[in-house]
Amino acid sequence: MLSTEKSHSKREAIGFVKKVGSGGDQSGGAGSVGIGFLSTKSLNQGSDTKEYTLHHHFALDCVAIPKITISVMASISLPSICPSAALSFQDKCKEKTKSRSSSKSVFSVKTKSHGQITMAVAVNTSRFDNITMAPPDPILGVSEAFKADTSEMKLNLGVGAYRTEELQPYVLKVVKKAENLMLERGENKEYLPIEGLAAFNKATAELLFGADNPVLHQQRVATIQGLSGTGSLRVAAALIERYFPGAKVLISSPTWGNHKNIFNDARVPWSEYRYYDPKTVGLDFDGMVADIKAAPEGSFVLLHGCAHNPTGIDPTPEQWEKIADVIQEKNHIPFFDVAYQGFASGSLDEDASSVRMFAARGMELLVAQSYSKNLGLYAERIGAINVLCSSADAAVRVKSQLKRIARPMYSNPPVHGARIVANVVGNPDFFNEWKEEMEMMAGRIKSVRQKLYNNLSAKDKSGKDWSFVLKQIGMFSFTGLNKTQSDNMTDKWHVYMTKDGRISLAGLSSAKCEYLADAIIDSYHNVS
Amino acid sequence: MAIRTAITRRITSSSSGSILFNSRSMSSWWGNVQPAPKDPILGVTEAFLADPSPDKVNVGVGAYRDDNGKPVVLDCVREAERRIAGNLNMEYLPMGGSNKMVEETLKLAYGENSDLIKDKRIAAIQALSGTGACRIFADFQKRFSPVSQIYIPVPTWSNHHNIWRDANVPQRTFHYYHPESKGLDFALLMDDVKNAPNGSFFLLHACAHNPTGVDPTVEQWKEISYQFKVKGHFAFFDMAYQGFASGDPERDAKSIRIFLEDGHLIGCSQSYAKNMGLYGQRVGCLSLVCEDEKQAVAVKSQLQQLARPMYSNPPVHGALIVSTILSDPDLKQLWLKEVKGMADRIIGMRTSLRENIEKLGSPLSWEHITNQIGMFCYSGMTPEQVDRLTKEFHIYMTRNGRISMAGVTSGNVEYLAKAIHEVTKAA
Repeated sequence: MLSTEKSHSKREAIGFVKKVGSGGDQSGGAGSVGIGFLSTKSLNQGSDTKEYTLHHHFALDCVAIPKITISVMASISLPSICPSAALSFQDKCKEKTKSRSSSKSVFSVKTKSHGQITMAVAVNTSRFDNITMAPPDPILGVSEAFKADTSEMKLNLGVGAYRTEELQPYVLKVVKKAENLMLERGENKEYLPIEGLAAFNKATAELLFGADNPVLHQQRVATIQGLSGTGSLRVAAALIERYFPGAKVLISSPTWGNHKNIFNDARVPWSEYRYYDPKTVGLDFDGMVADIKAAPEGSFVLLHGCAHNPTGIDPTPEQWEKIADVIQEKNHIPFFDVAYQGFASGSLDEDASSVRMFAARGMELLVAQSYSKNLGLYAERIGAINVLCSSADAAVRVKSQLKRIARPMYSNPPVHGARIVANVVGNPDFFNEWKEEMEMMAGRIKSVRQKLYNNLSAKDKSGKDWSFVLKQIGMFSFTGLNKTQSDNMTDKWHVYMTKDGRISLAGLSSAKCEYLADAIIDSYHNVS
Repeated sequence: MAIRTAITRRITSSSSGSILFNSRSMSSWWGNVQPAPKDPILGVTEAFLADPSPDKVNVGVGAYRDDNGKPVVLDCVREAERRIAGNLNMEYLPMGGSNKMVEETLKLAYGENSDLIKDKRIAAIQALSGTGACRIFADFQKRFSPVSQIYIPVPTWSNHHNIWRDANVPQRTFHYYHPESKGLDFALLMDDVKNAPNGSFFLLHACAHNPTGVDPTVEQWKEISYQFKVKGHFAFFDMAYQGFASGDPERDAKSIRIFLEDGHLIGCSQSYAKNMGLYGQRVGCLSLVCEDEKQAVAVKSQLQQLARPMYSNPPVHGALIVSTILSDPDLKQLWLKEVKGMADRIIGMRTSLRENIEKLGSPLSWEHITNQIGMFCYSGMTPEQVDRLTKEFHIYMTRNGRISMAGVTSGNVEYLAKAIHEVTKAA
């Protein structure tokens, strides 16, 4: 009698059970094989175990049928297991299974040892048979769906990747120059140290805090190169998990979709603070402050340094001060995600002002940076995690622990993007050129915002206030559309966006503003 | 809990920004953060770089050097870079990485004409070199076989332990290195395989075992594969040196091919760090053989799901180099030639080092230097002897006695032999 585990009770358990005699078997050791063929005909419903009748038993040796637990179905290559009986047996098996399986002619079952089983069973089964399809990523999945769409009208406002007016990806001129320089120099491809390229780490911290910031002179910042924003957040999350077990991270509602995944996989608990106010399509400042205040002392507060993703709604300077007040009051630790420095206002310094203000107050904080957007280095995966500590000694120790987390994740970070950044930031001409290109990109986004707003106001006769489009900042706009309405945008208008109502203005051209306005108005008013 | 005491020690601030920096300097959130120990491998290079001695020799980290002791960028790589320069697209790769690169990479491991590839039965993603591939696998193992453990050979690359530990997968060990013979402890290895519970997960080095350089023979691999079948074990191959061991990538993949012929559904980590010299680019691949295409699609989606909250999508530059080289027959030929060249130089240095030590009249046997294969030689020296090598001779290597043969040159082999003889002759 053979039994199965409950979890697989729904499975049609047709297969071959193969047993191999082990030491204690009378037919003598490894090499004796018994094959059985089972069917579900005699399934005993409603019990924890299912019984299967062994219909056919091709015994190659006289071997008793043991109690075997069937847990997983998978396929094996029979000839490999019973070479001597392979051919004829497989033919028999093929006949039996032809009607049941599509392409597979052989099946097997994985067995588990339950202590009572004296015979070892050899099967090459897949452990991963019960693995289901993961859901498509809500953000990256949008681009995949867009690619599959054949409509001429289609518009990709999904992922936050900058596009030119011609809706082409844009490699910054200064990046090309830096790459050519690197090519000429013919640098080697040796491993970076675990903490990454030193020149990059220096440049990135200076860019963030300002080159003459006392915190840098005092060496109070632990910086390591990370795999763009995601990788930097993940390393920081692991640091939190390790040194602040049980501490929570407060994240804004809403926030970038991957934040939750990162903290989940790092096993850091999180909860949300109010952020977006659907009534005003603006900041729920009182809610935000109240929720930060209500959190247990010593929580980490995840803040978007500028150009909040997905809403585009940033606190004003006065509101930032108040947020800093309440964080200090509650002994929380600010944790900034800075993915758009330069992209919000067009000024690198201005966009770092929230971080700098907190630092100037003497607070300890964490900052994750990304160069995906502002230097267009998306696929190079270049970013950094900075931990501003109250002493240089703490910074040294923290840096060593950040390295210890990185080593078993990827050993050392990729060099190419780091060199590009170091070359751009380190060369005054390149740096100025970069600032100009930055202003140009941010400027294009501001102008499509304006145009979109103009179209919405002109075409929508309902009197709805669309000015939030202008008030929001950065690459994204939170339209206020709900999921059904967002679906309508895609299904009817072939406008691809994330289901939370976020559109990436970086993917919008001036020419398409009118079309988009029509789509938004239709979805907002005619769909609920 | 402990955190709370740390917090209560903290100086509470008054509101709005007039706090002087000095008042904060006494307390920190990070008071309980201890300095981490130096990484045993990468720490060696740090120490080497800091040494001012002109005689210093770095045989620590496994990065290939030419006969002048210089890092090498392969010609095929330089050419590939020229071709991809001015690449107008730095857009995010898909979460699973470059499909083109992955396809070419699978051919290397599984065979140019592999049915598994044709039948689309392999779930594969681009990974952050070998480390990243192992880590994603370890996380995958934790998620989908939560009660499983990993059997790791003794010794192994030290980061293997870190990887499975940080993935929260409990570790067991199996016998591998036989110190007396400086070879493989095959008998105990097989015992461990037999005694492990059915269906255990094993980490195997496909070729050029790191750090010992000791590989099973083809016959031994066949026996291991058979026993794995008997026990229903899962084989995860870490292949970081394909091409580097014998000079022939096909030959170096033999262990994997044996397991595939026997029908095992294996997992595999591949790295281009050494064999294409792309160390700092972090290019590799993680693959899992599945029952059928449908399962492979599901498994791949789950691998991506693990990658997304770790780094979102992998870096493009190295992947472009790899796919440019491997999809161009001429460049691929050039690469194969260059890999063989690197492997040959190392094999030559092994012979040279052994001869030089023997010439000095060492009482010990040094045949393991030429018996072992790949980048590393497990010299058999003790940590104390290694410390002497460093202090007295400015020779840098890991304290387990592992010599990176890639760091040995015709210029330093005599000096190295002399030093080794000096510290071992009394043994």
